[in-house]
Amino acid sequence: MPLLSSRRSDSIEITPLGDSALIVRVHDKVENAREDSANEVLGAMGRIEEAKIAGIVELAPAYATIGVFFDPGKVIASGIEPDLVSKWLSDKIHEALSQRRRHKADVRLIEVPACFDSEFAVDLERVASVSERPTSEVVDHYCAAEYRVACIGFTPGFPYLVGLPKELTTPRRATPRTEIPAGSVAIGGNQTGVYPLPSPGGWNVIGRTPLRLFDPTKDPPAFLRPGDKVRFRAVTRDEFERSTS
Amino acid sequence: MTATIIRAGFLTTIQDLGRIGSRQFGVSVGGALDTHALRVANLLVGNDETAAGIEMTLGGSQLRFADERTVAWCGGGFDVRVPAGHAAMMSAGEELIFNQPKTGCRSWLAISGGIDVPLVLKSRSTDLRASFGGFVGRALRDGDELSLGKRRRSQTAATEKISSWSASHDWSSTAKAEPVLRVLRGADWDRFDASAHHALTSGAFIVSPDSNRMGARLEGPELRRNDDVDLVSEAVAPGTIQVPPNGQPIVLLGDCQTIGGYPKIAHVITVDLPVAAQLRAGDRVSFREVSLAQAHRLLADRERDFNCFKTGLSLRQ
Repeated sequence: MPLLSSRRSDSIEITPLGDSALIVRVHDKVENAREDSANEVLGAMGRIEEAKIAGIVELAPAYATIGVFFDPGKVIASGIEPDLVSKWLSDKIHEALSQRRRHKADVRLIEVPACFDSEFAVDLERVASVSERPTSEVVDHYCAAEYRVACIGFTPGFPYLVGLPKELTTPRRATPRTEIPAGSVAIGGNQTGVYPLPSPGGWNVIGRTPLRLFDPTKDPPAFLRPGDKVRFRAVTRDEFERSTS
Repeated sequence: MTATIIRAGFLTTIQDLGRIGSRQFGVSVGGALDTHALRVANLLVGNDETAAGIEMTLGGSQLRFADERTVAWCGGGFDVRVPAGHAAMMSAGEELIFNQPKTGCRSWLAISGGIDVPLVLKSRSTDLRASFGGFVGRALRDGDELSLGKRRRSQTAATEKISSWSASHDWSSTAKAEPVLRVLRGADWDRFDASAHHALTSGAFIVSPDSNRMGARLEGPELRRNDDVDLVSEAVAPGTIQVPPNGQPIVLLGDCQTIGGYPKIAHVITVDLPVAAQLRAGDRVSFREVSLAQAHRLLADRERDFNCFKTGLSLRQ
């Protein structure tokens, strides 16, 4: 039985994700997907939201794709035949994506304070050794770069950041740690991120932020969102302690 | 008034139909791993179908009711003096025990008035990994007292101790001795070779003890890929069957992460998620491919039947 997958000349590809979701792929070149797609994905998300398509429950962006979650029951109740649900929804999404965006969201530039004190940077030596540079240079290079949030996932509020200077690429640890403290700034391969909550993980921990990146009592609960530009600002241990008191 | 958890059991949590609208923040949907079972149980006791209930795993749970309540439960083959799918009247001080199930592993108990815990990100479900929601963000423990919502007037007018009528057997008792999950091909189906396709749809897998609310890990024939391209993470859903490098599939369940980078070979259809929610270590599970159209027709039929059931109940209450 063939997989229903629709593709138009604008190179948007829509594929089912089970019977209650679709994956909308907005970027053709998967290999570059991590770097270039944030704008396209945000634009596409905005257009799908503005179209207010009946039956769509929520959207979940990730790198070059958007997961569109829907309620087939609602679509069928609105009069669409069960056999035509996915096709109807795909068509509606293609139509929405061909529209001009009415409102464009601003790109935010967020500064994230980070303390690279040795107690918070258990893997900094490892990163320094792999890059064949002193730890002070690693921190300088890390903070000089401008990152982009490509995806929020893995745990609530966890930002996958692209833009890591190539020389700081460090493979994941062979044995993941059972608990990485909340706020930990880490490098995994050519990506970097911050653990909002304590969790197991295999990335290389190089620092810690006093910022609370996830708070379920806030709206929105995640401090960062896809498309945000991020810079890290090195702070002293004193400043870190003052921020968290 | 309250219900006291005298014995919590193996893993007991407050769940509703899940946390919708926060996937984009990396928040798992969670909720009852069989939302349909909870909806049915809620209707049986006169609650709104979205009310929070109690999910119990592998038994050992004992509850006591401080005041008169209607209760109902659906799910696995638990040994309970109130049969699955029936509404029952609990008097003030009465206790209810869920012993170890013979088949399946989870059940969902609804209590008239619903479990009264705060909404967090629009849901009363417990997010165990991130420790929020439900009963102060954790599994229930011996001695916990649950606040219950106000009973609706219609809920107090029952005449039988245990209702003679009930929800259908299919909806009330969802564990199968030899579970078969109907699946759709996933986006990465063609990344796997013919032997993998054959193994998935004709073979059988054993549920590993290393399974939990995030997913059921399966052991069986190795599902081999044609390529070794490093995939970029994208959204996944409960029911998604991922295949990590060791070739052993994982059926994702409600607490799964919002995105994943492992290839998605197939997806369990929504109407079979209740069967997936009962998978227990040692169970022998197999898969059968169906079409998207069939999956939607089955879902449409179930929702139509559910609406009839809802109407029928409202005439009684």
